[in-house]
Amino acid sequence: MNHSSSDDNFSAATIKKGFAAAWPVCLGYAAIGLAFGVIARKSGLHPLEVGLMSLLVYAGSSQFIAAAMIGNGAGILPIVLTTFVVNLRHLLMSSSLSVYLRELNAPQTALFAYGITDESFAVNSARFRQGNWNWQTALVVNHISNFAWIASTIAGSMLGSFVPDGALGLDYALTAMFICLLVFQLRDSLQIVVALLSGIIAVIIALVVPGNYYVILASFFAATVGLIIRRKKQSGKNHER
Amino acid sequence: MNVEILLIIICMGAVTYIPRWAPLYLLSRRALPSWFIEWLDFIPAAILSALILPAILTVGEPRRLDPLTPEFLLSIPTLLVAVKTRSLAGTVLTGMGLYWLVQKFMS
Repeated sequence: MNHSSSDDNFSAATIKKGFAAAWPVCLGYAAIGLAFGVIARKSGLHPLEVGLMSLLVYAGSSQFIAAAMIGNGAGILPIVLTTFVVNLRHLLMSSSLSVYLRELNAPQTALFAYGITDESFAVNSARFRQGNWNWQTALVVNHISNFAWIASTIAGSMLGSFVPDGALGLDYALTAMFICLLVFQLRDSLQIVVALLSGIIAVIIALVVPGNYYVILASFFAATVGLIIRRKKQSGKNHER
Repeated sequence: MNVEILLIIICMGAVTYIPRWAPLYLLSRRALPSWFIEWLDFIPAAILSALILPAILTVGEPRRLDPLTPEFLLSIPTLLVAVKTRSLAGTVLTGMGLYWLVQKFMS
């Protein structure tokens, strides 16, 4: 593993580097967060409750679903169970990041885990793979993104949608970011095969099964196929020798 | 603040935090078999693709396939910019600009 970076503290350089990587996440979160604030307010949530939910839950799609369920008068158990299922996909992201976060002690692990989202995972796993990235910088990405989410959801709930719909193509910021970070992950043809397979299976599952199980199911399956192909190739090479 | 809503938010926070924390805590503290590390190596590309494609290729609830969404069509030039420039800023700004133009002139 690459521990070449020498700054062990949160120096100005670390924070600057985190900002440089996190700004597309902040743009995307600002757009979605404002929308969430507006919708949550309409569902009857007070701005304080919106802020508290963004602070404690910090997971966009589950917050939208929960706001709708609260608005419809759903009970606590269905809301909490739905939240759990929708956010289970973080299991895979947390597992994947664990490879790069082996030197963390228990409190540091607990703090880092809080900030794992689809978007911070996408940014940090691409940067860890490229090297010259450490957990401090990754934590800065997590917390800048977290701040953008909390602030924009509260702003939306208090001020309404003061940014007009579709302004500056903000709604496409996260999609474009994901596409670019996916390209960064495609180092060889097998990674491309796994990505294509995962995407196609995810679309098929998404068409048949409601909810977002498709993320975890498709990734699990495609990564397993990738592993089998890689192992077959390796054993084939060993036989040739 | 409403007590029931407060309780809902706290429980939501707990059940969201556990899957974020448990693998990181358990896996970063032990030696992992090489096949598992190789498997994890495929997870980022697999997850990103599984997040992107259904979001841009399906619409509505229940979802149906729509290969002509602006989100999907624009993903092609966006992907090309990413491959050519390998620049995150360039890709994000190009994607946003194209999306903004399409929305401005098609609605």
